[in-house]
Amino acid sequence: MSSETKQILTTDGIPLEVSLKKAEKKNKIKAFLLVAPLLLFLIITYVFPIGEMFSRSIDDKMITNMLPKTFKEMEKWDGQELPSEEVFAAFYYDFKVLVEKQEHGKLGQRLNKEKNGFNSITKKLFRQVKRKKIDETISIKEQVMRVHKRWRNVEYWQAIKRTAPPYTMSKYLKGIDMYYAADGSITQVDEDRRIHRILWLRTLEIAFFVTLFCFLMGYPIAHLLATLPMKYSNLLMICVLLPFWTSLLVRTASWMILLQQQGVVNDFFVMIGLVSDDNRPEMMYNKVGTYVAMTQILLPFMVLPLYSVMKTISPSLMRAGKSLGGTPFVAFWKVYFPLTIPGIGAGCLLVFILAIGYYITPALVGGASGTLISNQIAFHMKQTLDWSFASAMGLMLLSGVLVIYWIYNKLVGVDNIKLG
Amino acid sequence: MSKNPEFVKFDKVDKSYDGKVLVVKDLQLDIAEGEFITMLGPSGSGKTTCLMMLAGFETPTHGEILLDGNIISNIPPHKRGIGMVFQNYALFPHMTVYENLAFPLRVRKVEKDEIDKKVDKALSMVSLSGFETRMPAQLSGGQQQRVAVARALVFDPAVVLMDEPLGALDKNLRESMQYEIKHIHESIGVTVVYVTHDQSEALTMSNRIAVFNDGKVQQLSNPAELYEKPVNSFVAEFIGENNTFNGEVVDIAKDKCKVKLANSEILANPISVKSKGEKTTVSLRPERALINPTDKMDNMFSGKIEEVIYHGDHTRVRLNLLGSSEFILKVPNSTSNLELKVNQDINIGWNSIDARALDPK
Repeated sequence: MSSETKQILTTDGIPLEVSLKKAEKKNKIKAFLLVAPLLLFLIITYVFPIGEMFSRSIDDKMITNMLPKTFKEMEKWDGQELPSEEVFAAFYYDFKVLVEKQEHGKLGQRLNKEKNGFNSITKKLFRQVKRKKIDETISIKEQVMRVHKRWRNVEYWQAIKRTAPPYTMSKYLKGIDMYYAADGSITQVDEDRRIHRILWLRTLEIAFFVTLFCFLMGYPIAHLLATLPMKYSNLLMICVLLPFWTSLLVRTASWMILLQQQGVVNDFFVMIGLVSDDNRPEMMYNKVGTYVAMTQILLPFMVLPLYSVMKTISPSLMRAGKSLGGTPFVAFWKVYFPLTIPGIGAGCLLVFILAIGYYITPALVGGASGTLISNQIAFHMKQTLDWSFASAMGLMLLSGVLVIYWIYNKLVGVDNIKLG
Repeated sequence: MSKNPEFVKFDKVDKSYDGKVLVVKDLQLDIAEGEFITMLGPSGSGKTTCLMMLAGFETPTHGEILLDGNIISNIPPHKRGIGMVFQNYALFPHMTVYENLAFPLRVRKVEKDEIDKKVDKALSMVSLSGFETRMPAQLSGGQQQRVAVARALVFDPAVVLMDEPLGALDKNLRESMQYEIKHIHESIGVTVVYVTHDQSEALTMSNRIAVFNDGKVQQLSNPAELYEKPVNSFVAEFIGENNTFNGEVVDIAKDKCKVKLANSEILANPISVKSKGEKTTVSLRPERALINPTDKMDNMFSGKIEEVIYHGDHTRVRLNLLGSSEFILKVPNSTSNLELKVNQDINIGWNSIDARALDPK
């Protein structure tokens, strides 16, 4: 179409489009320079670390780099029978290098994760190599096989071959309680060891219910805030925001004081005779504690978007609904409620996404049955130092959030979100 | 069909929001069935409060409101069956035009076919047929206003209230909508209570106008009477233009009185003054004073032209007359126009019957 339309020229004979671009170029550069610091900041603090996390989570180059010759020879191996003399020899020379660099221990540990029993046989092989017991002029295969009978077992060689690719999805599989079985197929771990799946489900469950509770409590508050006269609504707004300005840690700690068995809430229950003194319910170090504390902490994130949307709804709409014959409920349900959906969407999305990655509150008041996936990630970062697994779980969490966002976009439309 | 002259009745209604100030004071107002009545007044005069009390969004502090003989003070708005057009239209932004119009019918559980028919009729009444599937945001201000009018009428209410419905429209559109609403009212005969602060709108549309000020009805009468015969100086000032003279009554007869101004005396028509010595404000419409009158008039003075402003269909002349430099004359622009120049001295005359001696300002 555009090629057929006659080109418009300026009075100087320059095509209008070119002239327009020239005129706007300066503005574009200015605009870009204005956002450049932010862009740089985002790249450094966000894009780059996520990339780093991703590469760490799939990284499996350690053995690939330790046994270069072995894997080269193994390319020709069919993986069914015991490998050939060349593979054994290549492995022996790789191992010798590792012994010189004193890295054989790491190899044993890493291979032991792949298949139990590697640690001891690499140690045995190390002693033989150190004492120079292996004669390089005759068949290395025979000599290595004599070190330990497991070196004669093809399953161990298959395990080594599995570690050949420099990248692995095994950390991700571990995150959903699965692993590569000996034959390379993806298998579930034993039922009594499936801890991660429970954590994922619990995280989703807690996030869902916290969102629900926040909505049920936040909606009336937001409505009140939006309709009350200014002097009252300001006071109420401060009440909503005050916890927002208090440190998260302080708020969580105060919940610990309130909820513990000898705490304020329990004392009150005993006082009004709801529970007996020797039968105080546990409200902390379980899900109840997590629900209560997280709902309170995340409530402002629900109230604020709802409030900003409700503020824009003219009170005359409800009046119109009533004057046209709708009962107050019909006027609310057919007129007011549909108009608040953008706020509900924004609030729920915000609370749900924050709840799904919540860490400090469940860690402090959650106990064993109230911890979430983020606590597991922290555990692997700080205790087991399995950073690649922590990265994998973090990325799974991130992609989960993106999926939720995508579903939300399909259902409600992100354009409809109003954050204020 | 006999019309009920007290179809809507405000009976000694008081309204106060804070317990200190009365926004509406002892309101007594009867509205006949099928009448178009306008509540006119400056902002804060209590007219919108009256409308809200009638609609049911505010409750009277004292007194009763009756609709067709029934007390409605305790009936919630949705059961009153009163249609309302709001200042900002209050169309439901998430519903199409059709759904907006169908809303009052659906909540009344009207059959689907019947709804279609009524919506169709209402839309054609405001000449918006074919706009059913549009969203309110896709309509212009005038179209939105018409949808709001159609929605308030679609369920055949006995009374329709309109709260400054044309305030947000531009001048031309506002004028054409005035006629349109007037014609709709004439064709379906519904009782309309209309609130505005725009006097020309009130004069154009209404059967009767209630002028509000300070929580009270100052005058309730038809447009012509309101303009020609204001009963007090607020109404005279508020409706149309008006030249005023402040003075003291020095002589009074049945239909004439002599008012002493600062340095002269004029003859006026005694409306609110009863006896000698009373202070008064004399009100005279600008078009009732003539330049070089040929007929005999009982007030004849000469003044000096201070300013001449051309207004298209007429020319406004500001004179220095009887010690006031704010005397306004309206001269129609006809072919036999006079030469009017600043600083020219001219003779002005008016009849004492047109100069109304009202309460002092």
